[in-house]
Amino acid sequence: MSMREISYLQALNEALHEEMARDMDVFIMGEDIGLGKGTLGVTEGLRHEFGPERVRNTPISEQALVGAALGAALTGCRPIVELMFIDLLGVCMDQVANQVAKVTYMSGGKARPALVIRTQEGVGLGLAAQHSQSLEAWLVHIPGLIVVAPSTPFDAKGLLKTAVRDDNPVFFIEHKLLYSLKGPVPEEEYLVPLGVADIKRKGRDVTIVATSHQVQYALAAATTLALEGTEAEVIDPRTLNPLDVETIAESVRRTHRLVVVNEGCRTGGYASEVAATLGEHVFEYLDAPIMRVAAKDAPIPANLQLEREVVPKEEDILTTVRQMVGSSGW
Amino acid sequence: MSNKESTMADLTKEELLGMYRQMHRIRAFEMAVYDGVQRGVIAGGPHLYVGEEAVAVGVCTTLRPMDYITSTHRGHGHLIAKGGQLKPMMAEILGKATGYCKGKGGSMHIADLNLGILGANGIVGGGLPTAVGAALSSKLKQGGWVVASFFGDGAANTGSFHESLNLAAAWKLPVIFVCENNTFAMFTPMEWTTAIKDLSARAAAYGMVGTTVDGNDVLAVYRAAVEARERALAGEGPTLLECKTYRFLGHYVGDPEDYRKPGEVEMHKKNDPLPRFEKVLIEAGMINKELMQQMMAETRQEAKEALEFALSSPDPDPSELTMDVRRPFKPLGDLERVSYIVEEGVG
Repeated sequence: MSMREISYLQALNEALHEEMARDMDVFIMGEDIGLGKGTLGVTEGLRHEFGPERVRNTPISEQALVGAALGAALTGCRPIVELMFIDLLGVCMDQVANQVAKVTYMSGGKARPALVIRTQEGVGLGLAAQHSQSLEAWLVHIPGLIVVAPSTPFDAKGLLKTAVRDDNPVFFIEHKLLYSLKGPVPEEEYLVPLGVADIKRKGRDVTIVATSHQVQYALAAATTLALEGTEAEVIDPRTLNPLDVETIAESVRRTHRLVVVNEGCRTGGYASEVAATLGEHVFEYLDAPIMRVAAKDAPIPANLQLEREVVPKEEDILTTVRQMVGSSGW
Repeated sequence: MSNKESTMADLTKEELLGMYRQMHRIRAFEMAVYDGVQRGVIAGGPHLYVGEEAVAVGVCTTLRPMDYITSTHRGHGHLIAKGGQLKPMMAEILGKATGYCKGKGGSMHIADLNLGILGANGIVGGGLPTAVGAALSSKLKQGGWVVASFFGDGAANTGSFHESLNLAAAWKLPVIFVCENNTFAMFTPMEWTTAIKDLSARAAAYGMVGTTVDGNDVLAVYRAAVEARERALAGEGPTLLECKTYRFLGHYVGDPEDYRKPGEVEMHKKNDPLPRFEKVLIEAGMINKELMQQMMAETRQEAKEALEFALSSPDPDPSELTMDVRRPFKPLGDLERVSYIVEEGVG
């Protein structure tokens, strides 16, 4: 398989180009897409290649967009909605939680809401409290939604292509600090399965489960820890719901320690969910309590220095792992 | 020739009697649900359509099987008018395994994609965006279908209404927005919450045609829906069709109904859409008392049998509880690649 290095953004763009070329039922709609690069840049070139009918620049009406995607999906299309920021969930949550997520169940399995809502989350650009959150915890709480958050160009492309083809509604969460990240992506077509975690680094002493951009910090921390004689295994769930519990559990049974890293708020956060689930599965294998590394329970501040402090970073992961490995268990 | 007569001329006797029967069927069904609640065999406080039958029948008579509707919490009438069968509907209302949605949807979430019923909806205004999307799909796939989206005067004050009408108009989508103005948003009369008298006036703000009709006159509703449908199919975009009607029963069965003025219901019952249509049919010599009594008795029998069917149907198996939450992921075949590379480290 021949590889080349491309960015996360390019990988997503390629996935969209390929899926739209492959299937006429796929179309995309969102705000400011199709005019030049668009705000996020992920949709660059699509309107030129596929035309304004299939690449639709929309009014600022997130509720109508998400609901329209549902209506289009129920009548045979495979829509992709670009939600410019995950923070906009607040204005379309009825459509996400009450309509899109529940229609399969409410219809007794007859409805086929084959749609993808692409969005991006996270800190990094000084965009403050309403444009920097990580809200996956809101989404994984809703049965029926598939929630995906890729951390590498390889995963981004493969998972987006799979999401477009799947018959479930997929909430696809990108991260603003990952768009420029480069990594190997095959020239040939491939698909990454939903619901399957990926071990990003093998290790024997501690398991670090990290999501989205935090995978980068976890890998950096693992490199530092290796110099100290601690081999960390880094696992990215990739699909946040349904969670691939077994891959993580199998790892913890070997390492006997688990740290969960997530950029969302600590209280009621995604890290809490992973920690609780794994606690139920592998408690008897643990040599130390499961630890969470998550954002402080505060809105994201505008000040860049404070913004760096509010969410986890490499040092926070290192501190937690060192304490855990250094302690004599319980 | 008056409008009414010209509309009659469009419709055959068979079609007119079919509409009449459908209106009776809806009323009989709703009264059977009402009785079921009184008898304690139906839970969930269903929202009944009694008094509003002319709207659903008038609009749905213009639709073909390939056309779609979205409905509301007060949706039984829309579903019957679009071809929903009474037995699986009643079974769904009772939460039985034989219901349209295996008993998991209930009164407010009945859907049958094969009949073009995209779903009733428990959220006021929740179905409008779905209708816009189904109409977008018609345009993209050149499917030729139109979408009728039913909602009430209450929904006309939601953000979802605004976003949906604007988007449908901007993209000239084939939607008929059917506003059933039944005077009350839940318990609250419209004049308390809304400064305008005719909600169809809002259409102008979105750049679409808006019409207000007597929603208790099934032929007036039909006529307006035909025009809306023609506009939709001609690529001229959506229509806001306001049908003024009145809810004879409470917001849900069991509501205290203490918000009505004295004598209000009695006054509106003089305007009951069923006797009004009967009068038109009698004057046209299409129906007599005997045939009317027969249709009423037949539809009541159908509704009774639907309730009996539902009562004798099994509950869903407990194993169903977590089924249909999502579909199994599709197999990916040869293209599947779980992982690119694992970073170095000691396993």
